[in-house]
Amino acid sequence: MSALLELSSVTRRFGGLRAVSDVTLSVPQGEVLGLIGPNGAGKTTLVNVITGVHPASAGKVRFAGEDITRVRPYQAARRGIARTFQIVQPFPGMTVLENVAAAAMFAGGLSYGQRARDEALQHLRFVGLAEVANSNAAALTLAMRKRLEFAKGLAMRPKLLLLDEVNAGLNAAEVDQALELIRAIAARGVTVLIIEHLMKVVLSLCSRIAVLHHGELIAAGAPQAIIEDPRVIQAYLGKRYARAQAGAHG
Amino acid sequence: MKRDASIALVLFALVALLPLSGEAYWMRLGTTMLMYGVLAMSWNFIGGMAGYPSFAVAAFFGLGAYAGAVAQKFGVPMGFAWVGAGLLALVFAALLGVALLRLRGHYFAIASLVVAEVLRELVNSMTGLTGGGMGLNLPIPAMASVDAQARFFFYVMLLLAAVTFTAMLITANSKLGFGLRCIQQNESAADMLGVDTTFYKVSAFMLSGVFVGVAGAVYASWVYYIEPPDVFDVLYSVKAIVMVLLGGAGSMFGPLVGAAAFLSLEELVWRNYLEVHTGVLGLMIVLLVLFLPKGLISLSQRLGRRGKLR
Repeated sequence: MSALLELSSVTRRFGGLRAVSDVTLSVPQGEVLGLIGPNGAGKTTLVNVITGVHPASAGKVRFAGEDITRVRPYQAARRGIARTFQIVQPFPGMTVLENVAAAAMFAGGLSYGQRARDEALQHLRFVGLAEVANSNAAALTLAMRKRLEFAKGLAMRPKLLLLDEVNAGLNAAEVDQALELIRAIAARGVTVLIIEHLMKVVLSLCSRIAVLHHGELIAAGAPQAIIEDPRVIQAYLGKRYARAQAGAHG
Repeated sequence: MKRDASIALVLFALVALLPLSGEAYWMRLGTTMLMYGVLAMSWNFIGGMAGYPSFAVAAFFGLGAYAGAVAQKFGVPMGFAWVGAGLLALVFAALLGVALLRLRGHYFAIASLVVAEVLRELVNSMTGLTGGGMGLNLPIPAMASVDAQARFFFYVMLLLAAVTFTAMLITANSKLGFGLRCIQQNESAADMLGVDTTFYKVSAFMLSGVFVGVAGAVYASWVYYIEPPDVFDVLYSVKAIVMVLLGGAGSMFGPLVGAAAFLSLEELVWRNYLEVHTGVLGLMIVLLVLFLPKGLISLSQRLGRRGKLR
């Protein structure tokens, strides 16, 4: 498997703060990688570095073999990097369908017209929002808006989907639905990088987990190895979590 | 889109009948209204569609007026001078857009506001070319009568308004217009979805400049004499915005409806309240914008909805 996304010694500074510090990480094609870490660890900044919102201060980002360290967000989107936001960002004055059609047109490369709308409707069916296709995006519930983000992401025809806390604010049933959706997306061959606080979600989805702490990558590896790693337990999971896990296994 | 085009065709055809009235007053009012319509529709590209509150209308208008006048001073035929003025405004808008459209909201508004002032000072000081504060006389078009002249300029403005409307209709129903709507709703989200925001905004700004530039040049020929405070008047910017808000921002017929309504109000109020007319006019506009935030055009939608059975 070749690496789809390669970060080499990526650093992002904001003034004197190193929000992301010397991160080297490679994401192979088809992987579902979990990115965890305490609040303020630099997870969202790392996503912003990859998408060009806050380009790296040092280091290199390579995507599908090309250097994308300095590309602007819209260029990253057209190359096949889609992201969802922690705080959902629909176009409130447009219909749900128009929201997805915009993604299909501008990132997916379709021209203005019926085809983009047809394709948008397909994605809306996939995420279960076809019934509200013609409602105003502002009228959706939070869970629906998160699903709208998925549909937008898919319409961008992504090679890499960056999911930034898509489950925050959802109830247990809604989280289960989102999980199924992410699995279905990954099954289509889309590489997924997911930022998540719910360990249940991370453990059931991810083939590998990377852990950030104070902007540094402190561990990366198979889920089981990560949750037993003493540094991860100390920085993020906590001793109680470790004991509970040990109890469950022993 | 077809429906809008047909409505516009009927509307423009009706306006084209105005010269039948034979009254100079109505001709002058009609020409002014069409010119205001061009300014308002032009502002709609950047202000209504992209959501950038531009005050650069006066800058484009004055630039076009002086470009057309100076070109004619050097012997360029009138028609070419007008088109040239439009092209100059287009290029100027592109350069200005790249610099100014990095700013958002109030900052952009203020930056675009000073452009007209800067141009006015420039024109004032370039006495050799522009006549400076003394103004510039234009050749009077050789025509049979004053009436024929009035008719001529009326039809030129009508043509310009029709071209501007067509450009607006095509833009609104294209990827460009859709991208501008995305930018207006949420610029950083649009960027994330693959909209080249700089290119789209500059395109909108260029469209908002080119027709105003031509309108300025035509205006200069129409009144034969221009001076800096007249054509770089900030009121052109303010009126364009007020007209669009009055009619309905971002809509197809809003700017035209707004221009007609504004000019009618202006005339009525001015005739009836000679001393306090600006105050009365301002009050009426404030009330209209407060109680009809989506403009007069939303009245027809409201009435339409009421008519439908639920």
